[in-house]
Amino acid sequence: MYSRAYKSLVAIPPLVWVGAFLLLPYALMFVHSLWAVRESAIVHRWNLDNYKTLFTNPLYAEVLFRTMRIAASVTICSILLGYPLAYYLAFHAGRRKELLYQLVIVPLWVSYLVRGYAWKTILGSDGVLNGFLQYLHLTREPVGFFLYSPFAVVLMLTHIYTPFVFLPIYAALEHIPRPLIEASQDLGAGSLQTFWRVIFPLSMPGLLAGVTFAFVLSLGDFLAPLLVGGPSGTMIANVVQSLFGAAFDWPLGAAISVGILVITISLLFLSEFLEKRWVFK
Amino acid sequence: MTAKPATGRAPLLAIYATLVFAFIYLPIVVLILYSFNRDGVGGFPPRHFTWNWYSQLFADSSIWDSVLSSLIVAAASVVLALTLGLLAALALDRATFPGKILFRRLVLLPLILPGIITGLSLLMFAVFAGVHLSLLTVFLGHGTALISVATTELFAGLQKMDRAQEEASLDLGATPWQTFWRVTLPNLQLSLIAAGLLIFTLSMDEIAVTFFLIGRDNTLPLEIWGRLRRGITPEINAVSTLIFAVSVGLIVIWYHLRARSLSGTSQEPLEQPGEFP
Repeated sequence: MYSRAYKSLVAIPPLVWVGAFLLLPYALMFVHSLWAVRESAIVHRWNLDNYKTLFTNPLYAEVLFRTMRIAASVTICSILLGYPLAYYLAFHAGRRKELLYQLVIVPLWVSYLVRGYAWKTILGSDGVLNGFLQYLHLTREPVGFFLYSPFAVVLMLTHIYTPFVFLPIYAALEHIPRPLIEASQDLGAGSLQTFWRVIFPLSMPGLLAGVTFAFVLSLGDFLAPLLVGGPSGTMIANVVQSLFGAAFDWPLGAAISVGILVITISLLFLSEFLEKRWVFK
Repeated sequence: MTAKPATGRAPLLAIYATLVFAFIYLPIVVLILYSFNRDGVGGFPPRHFTWNWYSQLFADSSIWDSVLSSLIVAAASVVLALTLGLLAALALDRATFPGKILFRRLVLLPLILPGIITGLSLLMFAVFAGVHLSLLTVFLGHGTALISVATTELFAGLQKMDRAQEEASLDLGATPWQTFWRVTLPNLQLSLIAAGLLIFTLSMDEIAVTFFLIGRDNTLPLEIWGRLRRGITPEINAVSTLIFAVSVGLIVIWYHLRARSLSGTSQEPLEQPGEFP
């Protein structure tokens, strides 16, 4: 129905643009990772030293593991908050469902920075939480460890990604045909059994999408550690950022970026693979 | 038969859901509350109501300069992302070409990839091309990264569109060009507006990509970011409150348009809205 000219007319401009402004930059990132720095200038000497450094210097492995730990904590916390919320909305909210759904969506649109900043004012040593605790006479002096800790990073990112995790889970729960649940109950399964054997397996694709989202997005975050993390909350993307900034070692920074990219894309493929298995089962 | 446990009342679950909502909204409420607090961003309870921080904010010219920069970047990004996103969506919907699957993945990559990677890649590209960092590079970054959002939204719109209308138009002698302007685009109108609003909001808020592409003129989030390092005052609460109010206004509009453009089909979100990573 559509002519050849039509098809090329719609396909070529985005292909060219995306090729020039996405593919080429990503490729440049990869190319940089194979170069080196000599006397604070990037030299085009092809080598794998940057990758060798990544694998041999324990510092990078340490930061990467901390990053993964933080990302995993964020993912788990977001599910613990998001899943029951989605379940409640899907099955028990009744007429208020639509309104509550929109209430979960709203924060998604509210600036990342605004939300991060809010946590900073709450957790700081002269912040709202400390003021509150002293007001109740629960503590006499400001508690310092709320802010500038991995805990603060996990808290802030959980706050940001809970709605992200909620959305696909809610969509999956809404998709479950209600007769299936009724059948399970009619055939004598208790509500717990119905949940574990009918509802939970069927919500798996949504859960998986949520998990992937929260984990991958937390993994590459560098702003939360800068805002609320402090030195002990430094994540892998902060290392990249400092290598591109003050430390001026673009090739090494690029190598770490390529590493993050590879991890991200592998996780996406893994999640896609698992989803297919679950859906067709 | 006994009561249906999966659809009945669940008081414990209701309490839990309330607590989750409290967690989600608490920081925002605190933020707004303290924007009216005379004594600063911390402490408890907030006392001494004041408009002071707002009047300080309105007199703060560097904030408003950054708002203007953000508006320019966001508006330009909307135009770029919508144009290329529409073409990409049409191509994915209707054309077959080598590398189509790869193309789709590549377009959508900025949605899920950490912003730092997209930002740094574009920074290298700018250096490589000898372009100075400015609002233009920020616009290139936003516009390009947000093609992903436009493509998913408009592709969804195209999938729901009735092809018969286009066929009829072509059969009745309209040229493909006329058909595009008179049938395809009007059918996509709501999707276009909804996608445009989403892109606008995301661009206004974007920080991870912007961080690496910014030149001399700050966007609003970068201006706020810079101030956070110099110590915080409730003026930032005030500007955050305004950002929040504007975002909420835009979502309400977006949601209504979306509901209308999806009417007749399920309300399930086709792609999660949210900041592009």
